[in-house]
Amino acid sequence: MKEISCKLLVIGAGPGGYICAIRAGQLGIDTVIVEAVKAGGTCLNVGCIPSKAMIHAADEYLMASEMAAGKSSFGITVSAPAIDLAKTVAWKDRIVGRLNTGVAGLLKKAHVKAVIGWARFRDGKTVEVETETGLQVIRAETIVIATGSAPVELPFLPFGGPVISSTEALSLKQVPQQLAVVGGGYIGLELGTAFAKLGSKVTVVEALPRILPQYDAELTRPVAKRLDALGVKVLTGAKAKGLSSKGDALLVEAADGSEQKILADKVLVTVGRKPVTEGWGLEEIDLDRDGRFIRIDDQCRTSMRGIYAIGDVTGEPMLAHRAMAQGEMVAEILAGHKRSWDKRSIPAVCFTDPEIVTAGLSPDEAKTLGIEIKSAQFPFSANGRAMTLASEDGFVRIVARADNHLVLGIQAVGAGGSELSAAFSLAIEMGARLEDIAGTVHAHPTQSEAFLEAALRTLGHALHI
Amino acid sequence: MGEHVIKLPDVGEGVAEAELVEWHVKIGDLVREDAVLAAVMTDKATVEIPSPVDGEILWLGAEIGDTVPVGSPIVRIKVAGDALAAEPVPPAASKPDAPAPQPIKTELAPAKKEQEPAKATAAQASVSSALTPTPRATTAGLPRPEGERPLASPAVRLRAKEAGIDLRQVSGTGPAGRITHEDLDAFATRGAAVVVAGLQEKSGVEEIKVVGLRRRIAEKMALAKSRIPHITYVEEVDVTALEELRAKLNATKKPDRAKLTILPFLMRALVKAVGEQPQLNAIYDDDAGVIQRHAGVHIGMAAQTPGGLVVPVVKHAEARDLWDCAAEVNRLADAAKAGTATREELTGSTITITSLGAMGGVATTPVINYPEVAIVGVNKIMVRPMWDGTQFVPRKMMNLSSSFDHRVIDGWDAAVFVQRLKSLLETPAMIFVEG
Repeated sequence: MKEISCKLLVIGAGPGGYICAIRAGQLGIDTVIVEAVKAGGTCLNVGCIPSKAMIHAADEYLMASEMAAGKSSFGITVSAPAIDLAKTVAWKDRIVGRLNTGVAGLLKKAHVKAVIGWARFRDGKTVEVETETGLQVIRAETIVIATGSAPVELPFLPFGGPVISSTEALSLKQVPQQLAVVGGGYIGLELGTAFAKLGSKVTVVEALPRILPQYDAELTRPVAKRLDALGVKVLTGAKAKGLSSKGDALLVEAADGSEQKILADKVLVTVGRKPVTEGWGLEEIDLDRDGRFIRIDDQCRTSMRGIYAIGDVTGEPMLAHRAMAQGEMVAEILAGHKRSWDKRSIPAVCFTDPEIVTAGLSPDEAKTLGIEIKSAQFPFSANGRAMTLASEDGFVRIVARADNHLVLGIQAVGAGGSELSAAFSLAIEMGARLEDIAGTVHAHPTQSEAFLEAALRTLGHALHI
Repeated sequence: MGEHVIKLPDVGEGVAEAELVEWHVKIGDLVREDAVLAAVMTDKATVEIPSPVDGEILWLGAEIGDTVPVGSPIVRIKVAGDALAAEPVPPAASKPDAPAPQPIKTELAPAKKEQEPAKATAAQASVSSALTPTPRATTAGLPRPEGERPLASPAVRLRAKEAGIDLRQVSGTGPAGRITHEDLDAFATRGAAVVVAGLQEKSGVEEIKVVGLRRRIAEKMALAKSRIPHITYVEEVDVTALEELRAKLNATKKPDRAKLTILPFLMRALVKAVGEQPQLNAIYDDDAGVIQRHAGVHIGMAAQTPGGLVVPVVKHAEARDLWDCAAEVNRLADAAKAGTATREELTGSTITITSLGAMGGVATTPVINYPEVAIVGVNKIMVRPMWDGTQFVPRKMMNLSSSFDHRVIDGWDAAVFVQRLKSLLETPAMIFVEG
């Protein structure tokens, strides 16, 4: 096959890779992108997007179930609902398909050449791609590694049979009757909650003393409370040991050291994700590492000249929007613009029930850095709009510097909280002070008023509490 | 409202294109008739392009450093009344990607003041900001402690990055010490207002586009040094007698005559010397393989101007007497410094004199003014003890550092030439004696 020569080669068409390629194309850089499976990466195909579709379907089903059970506060009754999970998955797949096509179209519009196949470095300037039609050699002046991450497998619970990763969990044919979730992080809890709402009997096994260990206890309390209400059993300080010999149960060593057997027709293992650093010839170019990740500087340059890396393969937080921002930045650097990574916050959303949103520093993180802070929270139970949505759990919390009231961090937990993330990250990125938020008119009646009130309360004069 | 299109005028005989070296206006500026819009540069001369109308600048057709053919449109001005030149308006401004805030350099000029020419507003603005000290820095609340990350919105960060400004060096006057766009402007014009104690690492890199005169100098020097194998010959000259003569002539000169420097004497000596060695007053067309020996002696004199080195030419030095040479040297030096020297006055030399005399320096290695074959460099006159055979006597000594194109001038000829100059200058009467 004829060799391709280009200015820029992007390996991996996930959110980081495809954004990098599109932006580079817009800037007139001759760009090729290689993707092994389908454009969109983990996020679009087996991550963010499909999981949110399934979570939404589960919410709808739960609402119908509560109405049928006469538990609806709204006075609505319906007959007992039923779900055809295959149809739900087909709906989810259509969304994914539309977005795949959309990304492919955007790449084309930006004059980016897409090559489907598995890429492998031959040397620092040359990559060979196994395509359906043979081996394609691509020579590039600059290469961006955007290979992403993959679910971590437990050696005693290898994927296959009843043991599934998040990928398989999003394409089940039917709702499992009993689901064991190993790992109480955000992925396990998002999916575990959805299946609980769809009728599974869910048990979450978490090795650490509490769920969502990256968040403080205040933020996770409403989530724990909701899991309990949904009948999800949470075993903290417990270790998964393996499948039972019959393969119908998960063996667990509980916090007290006792052996437990959790009946499960599916075991979902969500113990984290690892960077994809194998199988594409990293050993040929021998880049410096930062733990498991590829080491990068503030311009996403690796230790080899002309090779950049972006996204999950470069470290935490492994989030699509971080990869996108890095991809855009790298494309602009390659076009000769002066750029470096100078973001003040990478917001994170956990789509549990209720949702958790964070941007910037938590109170504990700020204190650890030795910053004297002011902090207060405003509960959604005092917010009119939250009441009308029948979702009063949770709060908005602001962390500000005590001396000049600079907002350092904003966290919220509450239904629909994810959409508040825009205001949170904007405030931090713009360098807002408490007075800036307090001085901004927030529309009534919305949940965003809780943001305003949290600022007022931190200043000592909240109005609605 | 109409539109007036200004095209690049014919800026000199035989000039087909010119390099745009400066914009005096930007899009959106209001200009008065005769206000200078731009400066373009031909081979040597810089020509200013005035506005023929009152109006608002709509479009600029070239970037600094672009070479523009004569007759192509360079500015479009919105004028009251009918269009004077009906040409389709380009759909967008010349720089579609220009960011919303103006680049820092031009930021000082307030957007628009109705009915006021842009230059005046810019001048006022700079005056007012120069008069205003930095009171805001004191109202900023807490100064940022050392080592703390600078606080600025993404747009400010981007602008700083692109302007090569390290935000750690910029004091913020916004709430909580936030760095505002205005702080950046102030920093860019005033430099760091608050100097943090101790030695600071600096990471900024200023990029300066090599355009206009500087580019021409760079090209010419590279051409001369890459093509011509230079031989440089340094000799000392006893100018005690010459200096005595010069002092007397200056003391008794008619008031309307220019004061004499060493240069007119050297020019006359050159005329005499090249009369005996015509191969030195020549142009070597090395592409064609032809040496043109010139009968007229046209002496280039290297002159430093604010923009850089230029070489105005004293034409027909062989037909000028000492006073005439002095007058022409003064006239050309003034014109070169004022930037009004014409293309004709800046071309056509056959041999060149360069002088860093006033700065001192024992010797120089002058670069030949390509395609000439010789350049004579003058070093500073200094009183040095010289041995006259019985004792040391104080003498006024001056070194001549001269370079020759060794392809066509042999070392022997170069030495003969310099020795001839030396003997003429040491016995100045010989300069003026015919035959």
